[in-house]
Amino acid sequence: MKASVIVFPGSNCDRDAAVALEHITGKAPAMVWHGDSGLPQSDLIVLPGGFSYGDYLRSGAMAAHSPIMRAVIEQARRGVAVLGICNGFQVLTEAGLLPGVLMRNTSLKYICRDVHIRAEGAPTAFTSAAMAGGVLTIPVAHKDGNYFADDATLDRLEAEGQVVFRYCDAQGAVTQAANPNGSQRNIAGICDGSRRVLGMMPHPERVIHALLGGTDGIGIFQTAFATLH
Amino acid sequence: MKARVTVTLKNGVLDPQGKAIANAVAALGISGVDDVRQGKFIEVNLAESDPVRAGEIVERMCRELLANSVIENYRYELESA
Repeated sequence: MKASVIVFPGSNCDRDAAVALEHITGKAPAMVWHGDSGLPQSDLIVLPGGFSYGDYLRSGAMAAHSPIMRAVIEQARRGVAVLGICNGFQVLTEAGLLPGVLMRNTSLKYICRDVHIRAEGAPTAFTSAAMAGGVLTIPVAHKDGNYFADDATLDRLEAEGQVVFRYCDAQGAVTQAANPNGSQRNIAGICDGSRRVLGMMPHPERVIHALLGGTDGIGIFQTAFATLH
Repeated sequence: MKARVTVTLKNGVLDPQGKAIANAVAALGISGVDDVRQGKFIEVNLAESDPVRAGEIVERMCRELLANSVIENYRYELESA
């Protein structure tokens, strides 16, 4: 699998993403600078976490209009898989590749801790049928993770099975108490209609080795590796 | 020309920052404040001096970058610099 990780000024999980990809696929991804206009041929593009452009204006708003994003949008429309993690999810919504927006957490606080998420619905390029219903423990680290979309969009996402991850408790129950940031319907991750563009707030690249505190992020990269090459 | 752009949250979109401001106002002992909504104010200096063309530029800027239409509305005023 050929993967590319986009590096924006202010990205800070790009190396973590690269380490995770190499650890799981055996091959180092290409690191692509935001000012580049072309992408190497890729099966997977990762938009990493961080604070691209200092979160100026709105999280992800500047990055969504950077030169490389024109190439990412074009590749996504051709069926290349895209994984946006945290700030990458914010960039995907701002770029119009995913619906909705990530607003300020209702607590107004930066939240950095492990959360539980439940994989929902039909398989995607990143989640297998075997993962559905399972609970993953993955850290979040964000201040703008409060997913918002109008009711019609939310209903459509639910009907099409595009809600991929929801915040839940350790047993998998989707409760208000398990929602760290106020996201509508406990949404932690969604995909597009092709099921090959996934945005998620939790950081799977941070839990790919027991030494890092967990391995629950591995399945997402393994599934991508299995479906995309 | 100069454009003064105001970006506000749409009605019905929760504004936790506005709520925190309202709480802080109450903590100051200032009463009579029902609700606070926070937005953005952006001033833009344009080389364009024709108001119609300036309006088109500002409109496009607002639509494509300054406001996110999922949650925000925008309005602007133009004045001669």
